[in-house]
Amino acid sequence: MIQLKEPEVNLQLALEHGLSEEEWQKIIEILGRTPTYTELGVFSVMWSEHCSYKNSIAMLKTLPRTGRRLLVGAGEENAGLVDIGDGLAVCFKIESHNHPSAVEPFQGAATGVGGILRDIFTMGARPIASLNSLRFGPLNIPRNRYLFDNVVKGIAHYGNSIGVPTVGGEIYFEECYTGNPLVNVMTVGVVKHNEVVSAVSKGEGNTVMLVGSATGRDGIHGATFASVELSETSESRRSSVQVGDPFTEKLLLEATLELAKQDYLVGIQDMGAAGIACSTSEMAARGKSGMILDLSAVPLREPDMSPYEIMLSESQERMLVVIRKGFEQEAQAIFKKWDLKCTKIGKVINSNNLEIFFNQKKVGSIPAYHLVLGGGAPVYIRETREPDYIKKARAKNIKRLKMPEDFNKALLQIMASPNVADKAWVYQQYDYSVRSNTVVPPGASAAVIRLKKTNKALAMKTDGNGRYTYLNPYKGGAIAVAEAARNVACMGAKPLAITNCLNFGNPYDPEVYYQFKQAVLGMGEACRILDTPVTGGNVSFYNESPQGAIYPTPVVGMLGLIEDLKHVTTSWFKQDGDFIILLGALKGELGGSEYMQVIHNMVGGDAPDIDLSFEKRIQTACLEAIRKGIVNSAIDVSDGGLAVAIAEACINNPEKMLGASIFISLKMRDDELLFGESQSVIILSISENNLLEMERIAAKNIIPCITIGRVKDNGRLKINGLIDLELEAIRRVYQAIIPNYMQQGF
Amino acid sequence: MKFGVVVFPGSNCDHDAYHVIKHVLGARVEYIWHKETTLRMFDVIILPGGFSYGDYLRAGAVARFAPVMNAIVQFSRHGGMVLGICNGFQILLEAGLLPGALIPNNHMRFRCQNVYIKVLDNTSPFTREYQTAQVLRMPIAHYSGNYYADADTLKSLEDNGQIAFQYCEPDGTVSENANPNGSLLNIAGIFNPARNVLGMMPHPERAAEKILGSNDGLGIFKSLVDHA
Repeated sequence: MIQLKEPEVNLQLALEHGLSEEEWQKIIEILGRTPTYTELGVFSVMWSEHCSYKNSIAMLKTLPRTGRRLLVGAGEENAGLVDIGDGLAVCFKIESHNHPSAVEPFQGAATGVGGILRDIFTMGARPIASLNSLRFGPLNIPRNRYLFDNVVKGIAHYGNSIGVPTVGGEIYFEECYTGNPLVNVMTVGVVKHNEVVSAVSKGEGNTVMLVGSATGRDGIHGATFASVELSETSESRRSSVQVGDPFTEKLLLEATLELAKQDYLVGIQDMGAAGIACSTSEMAARGKSGMILDLSAVPLREPDMSPYEIMLSESQERMLVVIRKGFEQEAQAIFKKWDLKCTKIGKVINSNNLEIFFNQKKVGSIPAYHLVLGGGAPVYIRETREPDYIKKARAKNIKRLKMPEDFNKALLQIMASPNVADKAWVYQQYDYSVRSNTVVPPGASAAVIRLKKTNKALAMKTDGNGRYTYLNPYKGGAIAVAEAARNVACMGAKPLAITNCLNFGNPYDPEVYYQFKQAVLGMGEACRILDTPVTGGNVSFYNESPQGAIYPTPVVGMLGLIEDLKHVTTSWFKQDGDFIILLGALKGELGGSEYMQVIHNMVGGDAPDIDLSFEKRIQTACLEAIRKGIVNSAIDVSDGGLAVAIAEACINNPEKMLGASIFISLKMRDDELLFGESQSVIILSISENNLLEMERIAAKNIIPCITIGRVKDNGRLKINGLIDLELEAIRRVYQAIIPNYMQQGF
Repeated sequence: MKFGVVVFPGSNCDHDAYHVIKHVLGARVEYIWHKETTLRMFDVIILPGGFSYGDYLRAGAVARFAPVMNAIVQFSRHGGMVLGICNGFQILLEAGLLPGALIPNNHMRFRCQNVYIKVLDNTSPFTREYQTAQVLRMPIAHYSGNYYADADTLKSLEDNGQIAFQYCEPDGTVSENANPNGSLLNIAGIFNPARNVLGMMPHPERAAEKILGSNDGLGIFKSLVDHA
């Protein structure tokens, strides 16, 4: 083996690469010698948190990951695969791009979209929709407006250009995300069962090809960068952020879907984090085979790149393709048609090693198994300690808070909170209708995408409440799943499965690890009871800025199936005189509520309770009523409580706003009634002649069902004697706040 | 009657146009690869929306040099019907088949929303299914949809009845408020003088089925089928 002009490889260098002393010893043990510089680079990225999940995988394995509709379990491939009948499967996954977006928001967000799209289409699936989940600091701070504006532009730039509709998501603004925004992106794809492509390399002598863009120095150590906290010097890591080219990716997408139909294709993997190092080792390990790689064959964007740099580059829009020997020209013809480069860089061998050559010299020889997650990569369970703040926050006496004197004013203030307010400013920048499948566009409880040539549709939603999870990590994890499932059930869909993105602080901090562990346990319990297994996802640790850690923020991407297009239901009132029905029970829970934050500037108390078997019954009843055809609208109670849910059902009808008169008598404070965020509550509107049927369905599912008011075509919202507002006044503040902030520039 | 939908690298709405023609209308349709140099037996050519060649230089500026474009120019000169939607409209302007330019939206952001447009004339082969002054609802989705032309060009468009659609309120009033991108005269689509070429920014192919919220766009495709 040769050493070029490379630094001496020793413990010190390993530590600088983010490896621990223990890990350094383990590498020497695996290789039986000191690694070469290139090998050290490969180990350091493959064993980074980002690629190895070393501090999370043990917990992730506690999540339910099987189910009768799952064709591929979590972790087996790049994304999960769910059977939806008609010979079709849905492939979906969510991923974070938090750190790149914190230092270079436009490209950080754009390449996040590019990365998750590649995960989907490299499985042979046509991407049909993207969603996102975003967190920023408050909009009164110019830097936060800059990040928000550019993240949205970046997502729009990539998604619009590649022609995949961005159909939904969620956005919250909280102090704790200043300095460490969250950018989680999800893509959903559809594939025929017999065209699913595996990310595997096998078959001695088969050909390994690199497809797509040339390799440059961009993004070297991106995976490692994602595995430390952000600091004042993070700005200097802008070069760790990759640059996206959606046009090249569009070509890759179309060429890949052509290739997916060919018998001679063995496997494909996207090159994301840790580039060639990751894709070669993961594909080889999956196929229990080895690979000879000739790095001199890799087309370069810049001269004089070292083998270390070539292995670690995270240049975008590249894939590794393995095809049966003898079919090189056929594969090349497909890529040539789309004006893409396709270069042979190696072949499959009958060993377990990656044999890495550069200019005819061997620069590395590593057993692939030892590099990868699920193989020899380290696995840790970290120490946990319940954080002190939790007890303090729960001890806050909410009952002593002064009630607002004017509930009209309070409701308008909450409607004008950017967390609640209309997000049209955001989603109008996304092409949400391309591919002509968008049945319910952004702005509803969930998006609905039809599946051409069938009578089915998919409902999809991202959900997560950092504030709840901060106050009670277990409940926060469970509620994220429950609420996402409730949202798709309100659209007429049966919740099928989830993907998750777990955004937390530094896992070596026992308090952070406590949050992580509890949230995962809560999520797992909810998934088991609601029968929505986890198909895969992503963990993002080290979300900390010099100001401290973010709220623990588990985000759920939910997939629901609508069996018949006529079941598609939206959240707004439709018919004057309809009865407004409340399914579930309001318990006046103000802990962690939007009301507490907006009106009392306080985050305290406990997260709302969640009884998961009750939740399941509520959703079952809602879905049963929708399928019976008796539901005119359905919306769940969430941020801002009952008052906000009713107000949204009034003003969100794109054809015509319809008013409501509500009378509801419960023994609790008025603010608890209007703004409490009790879980498992759904508001329906139903015509009078269907009331009995609704009551029968509720009784059968053993859930409370009460009439709380009527839909009125009078342009007003009235609730008890507390609220009496013109809908126009509500709509004005609801729509104005985000555009007003963004007009201020940065 | 046979439609051809051109596929440039970066075309995104090619599948949508194809779907409407084949599966909603049941008419004949084929894709045309951008590297083709001759066109065989088509009655209507559609230049679909998208980001042809990434639109990196200027929307449509590279696509006009695609091999297939010479054949399309010849096709239109011989009276063949050409419909450019969104990026297709931008390409028709760059290729000189229609006058004027589409510059970035006046708010400098990509904008996706439903708009209302008014049919100015129902005697063209693209609009005969509609009533004059009928209001249609369909989506826009673009960054550069702000129609610009000099005063003389605008006047000749008006005088020759070349303005196909204008952005309007739901009741048909053509107002500043209804203009989503700053287009002069609220122009959403224009014809060439012979009226066998139409370019428009809104997407009729995304508004051709009730399940998608509107089927107001279907009339354009139906008009073309009936024309043959």
